[in-house]
Amino acid sequence: MNKTRASGRTVGGLRTLSLQAPAVTLLLLWMLVPLGMTLWFSFQRYNLLMPGMKGFAGLENYQYLLSDPALWSAMGTTLLLVGWVLAITVVGGTLLAVLFQQDFFGRGIARVLAISPFFVMPTVSALVWKNMMMHPANGVLAWLAESFGLPALDWFSSLPLTSIIIIVSWQWLPFALLILLTAMQSLDDDQVEAARMDGAGPVAIFFFITLPHLKRAISVVIMIEMIFLLTIFAEIFVTTSGGPGLATTNLAYLIYIRALLDFDVGTASAGGVIAIILANIVAIFLVRMVAKNLEQ
Amino acid sequence: MATLQLNSVVKRFDDTQVIKGVDLEVKDQEFVVFVGPSGCGKSTLLRMIAGLESTTSGDIVIEGQRVNDLGPAERGLAMVFQSYALYPHMTVEDNMGFSLRLAGVAKEQRRQKVLEAARILQLEPLLDRKPKALSGGQRQRVAIGRAIVRNPSIFLFDEPLSNLDAALRVQMRIELARLHEELKATMIYVTHDQIEAMTMADKIVVLQGGEVEQVGSPMALYHHPRNRFVAGFIGSPKMNFLPVSVVSAGGEGVDVRLPGGGTTRVPVDGRDCDAGESLTLGVRPEHLTLDEAGPLRARIQVIERLGGQTSLYVDMDDDLLTLMVDGDVTHRVGDEVRFNFEPRRGHLFTGDDLALESLERHPLASLTRQDNRAASDTEA
Amino acid sequence: MTTTLSTKNTPMDAARGDAAARARRLRGFGMAVLGWTVALVIFFPIFWMILTGFKTEAEAIAEPSLIFTPTLDSYVEVQERANYLKFAWNSVVVAFGSTLLALLIAIPSAYSMAFLPTRRTKGTLLWMLSTKMLPPVGVLVPIYLLFRDLGLLDTLTGLTIVYTLMNLPIVVWMLYTFFKDLPRDILEAGRMDGASTLQEIGYLLLPLTLPGIASTGLLSVILSWNESFWSLNLTTSQAAPLTAYIASFSSPEGLFWAKLSAASTMAIAPILVFGWLTQKQMVRGLTFGAVK
Repeated sequence: MNKTRASGRTVGGLRTLSLQAPAVTLLLLWMLVPLGMTLWFSFQRYNLLMPGMKGFAGLENYQYLLSDPALWSAMGTTLLLVGWVLAITVVGGTLLAVLFQQDFFGRGIARVLAISPFFVMPTVSALVWKNMMMHPANGVLAWLAESFGLPALDWFSSLPLTSIIIIVSWQWLPFALLILLTAMQSLDDDQVEAARMDGAGPVAIFFFITLPHLKRAISVVIMIEMIFLLTIFAEIFVTTSGGPGLATTNLAYLIYIRALLDFDVGTASAGGVIAIILANIVAIFLVRMVAKNLEQ
Repeated sequence: MATLQLNSVVKRFDDTQVIKGVDLEVKDQEFVVFVGPSGCGKSTLLRMIAGLESTTSGDIVIEGQRVNDLGPAERGLAMVFQSYALYPHMTVEDNMGFSLRLAGVAKEQRRQKVLEAARILQLEPLLDRKPKALSGGQRQRVAIGRAIVRNPSIFLFDEPLSNLDAALRVQMRIELARLHEELKATMIYVTHDQIEAMTMADKIVVLQGGEVEQVGSPMALYHHPRNRFVAGFIGSPKMNFLPVSVVSAGGEGVDVRLPGGGTTRVPVDGRDCDAGESLTLGVRPEHLTLDEAGPLRARIQVIERLGGQTSLYVDMDDDLLTLMVDGDVTHRVGDEVRFNFEPRRGHLFTGDDLALESLERHPLASLTRQDNRAASDTEA
Repeated sequence: MTTTLSTKNTPMDAARGDAAARARRLRGFGMAVLGWTVALVIFFPIFWMILTGFKTEAEAIAEPSLIFTPTLDSYVEVQERANYLKFAWNSVVVAFGSTLLALLIAIPSAYSMAFLPTRRTKGTLLWMLSTKMLPPVGVLVPIYLLFRDLGLLDTLTGLTIVYTLMNLPIVVWMLYTFFKDLPRDILEAGRMDGASTLQEIGYLLLPLTLPGIASTGLLSVILSWNESFWSLNLTTSQAAPLTAYIASFSSPEGLFWAKLSAASTMAIAPILVFGWLTQKQMVRGLTFGAVK
């Protein structure tokens, strides 16, 4: 009797195992190997330009990095970038979701147009904004300012971070809109009607019915955007190259500079470890939320 | 010969035992119904027989062969699912012929078998349709057709009628009974509806909490329930239960004192009872009769008139009892009624809910559907 | 509230009804104006880019204007610089190759998670999600060095591998949520009919979940096509996809707006269409099923 039970189990288990093995093994390798190497390198003295100087460095890389003003400036830039883009996209996305939920002529097409920027590759959107929109002489914004009699702005030299924030927000606002609009469509009509019967106006309905319903979707938007925004790279690479000075150098770009421009593997890896820790703080919450959803 | 035996079959999910050692014997050409409340394990047991769930311990034996380690298709069974589980992307013909296609049967032969099954179920005009274009009853018939085509040794049905509306359900019930006779196959049928169980089964298996409460013919379960659970579960409306106390007991019956005075001798084996012991008396609503001189009295709370019959819900010392009486009674809510029952219609249950055995078997208790048929044959 | 309950239609009620209808129409009109304005403002940079692609280089940097004679010169020129097609081809190979690979690896895995769940299934799914949380910069250095040592830098194979692994968790998750929607009964009926695991997947699961698999594939293509961290860091010329090619326009001497616009338009057009087609199902994939 025991034999049947054991064999039955292993057959089912084996089947599951063999079906999942490729995906699980590959992901395990993809995660553990680089992670281990990053950790290892971060404790090594290792510069590709000075191959002779290899050796254990202890916490030297971290000490060097933490005492480097560039790190703190990059952290500040990262936080500002993430914070502003989040604020703009979440508030804007919620309002736009309410707007595009209304029934009006050609709503479907208008919706599609508004969502489009999300599908544009980052290098394209960065260059289109840098050249055709924000160029101090020939850009559309400069032309607009002039036609109102205002001085044209050299966006990337006078407001570098703001410019990046605008470009990134333009890319991610549609994402927030898309998610929140979908979430809003699952709002029960009966609930809205019941509220209306209870005498709630549009504003009260928004704050007491719609917003609470969107709560979870909003937090999902925040967390997913955070994961991506923490490591914004292409937009900076293409527009400002981190400058002027360090004005638009975020953590991701700093690591890139250290690793592929300065060839300082040790310090770059220490930076990588810091980036991973930051991302994990966010990830824990996101994973928990999805887990709760999985239980339902 | 398609027989099935279960020998102390157990199913455990993680740490909970959902089937707690079931023994059962199904004879060739028998129509067996598993019935019980939801969560009693009846569907799990059926899926274990089908091979869709593994068996933790015990043996499942089909036609003398132990099949525990065989896959579902190798057991020679066919199953009709509650949701029908038709393949939505295939036509009716492809649905019914899928198993033959997998088995590598030639196209011509396949078509012939499908047509044969379609004829039995009157599905010929629908063979080119997709399931989406069929009504609920038609889908049900396709699902049965898919089972017939496999020519299985045993048919398994998992609540097949629960997605149909009431009228269609009655019709399909009759059709299934007809099919059983035509195919002369062994069938196992799971339902939570005791009416389906009563009307179709040769043998009913009442399950609760993963255990078999009683096995028997419909009439045996109705007239001689082994315990209070079966008594309450079989029969509609439910059996009434009253607290009584034993006046005297013995081999020729038990005298009990009814609530509100009066004593009655119930013809059950009372050799294990003592005077003064508390028992529960069970009487079915259809066996309670209005009687001006009856020993039981109560006030009417609700009247439901069904036309031919009327249900009276009466309140007796805070116990709500049901009486099924003639449709023409003129009582009103609030009236006090007196009623009685034939002593042989009474059931007595001990403190641990087991029934005291009747002194006399009901003449129909061993009747099966096959006997019904034989009786009508001789009449004709 | 009481007036609405009365059945008599007084003239006053009728007048009120008219006013309400007018207000509703006015509100609808206002919404349309507002909605379209917002949509057009958001879409404007894309619109302007498409427009600029049809201008001459001189018109492109001149005062913004909607009136000009459209020309295909920039498109022709971009095509003639033969390497544009190479970059486009790289993008196609990498995006579709990685998607195909990811689907191939993910389908059996998602199948077993959806239909043969064990106690570990939930944990495995969440762990897969968590690998997606690893920021690419964190592992840039070791991946770069590994690729250098394995000779995978600037190769299509290397980039395809990275994209496959990058999208694998999302693909598994999305397939898992689509597979979960398929009633178990249908696969079990197949098993009763004698289907092996492979036949179950081939004859039943795949045909029945094809729309879901297609949108999962499209999402994976979109993400790979637009990915611009690994493509910028792991390729230089041979395997560079369109993201890297477009980035080369950022150098000051590459300021050819019309050509940039033409190239960009071609680079984003197919993806834009894919995105429009799959926007609904994408939400599920991007939020790991947390928003439906």
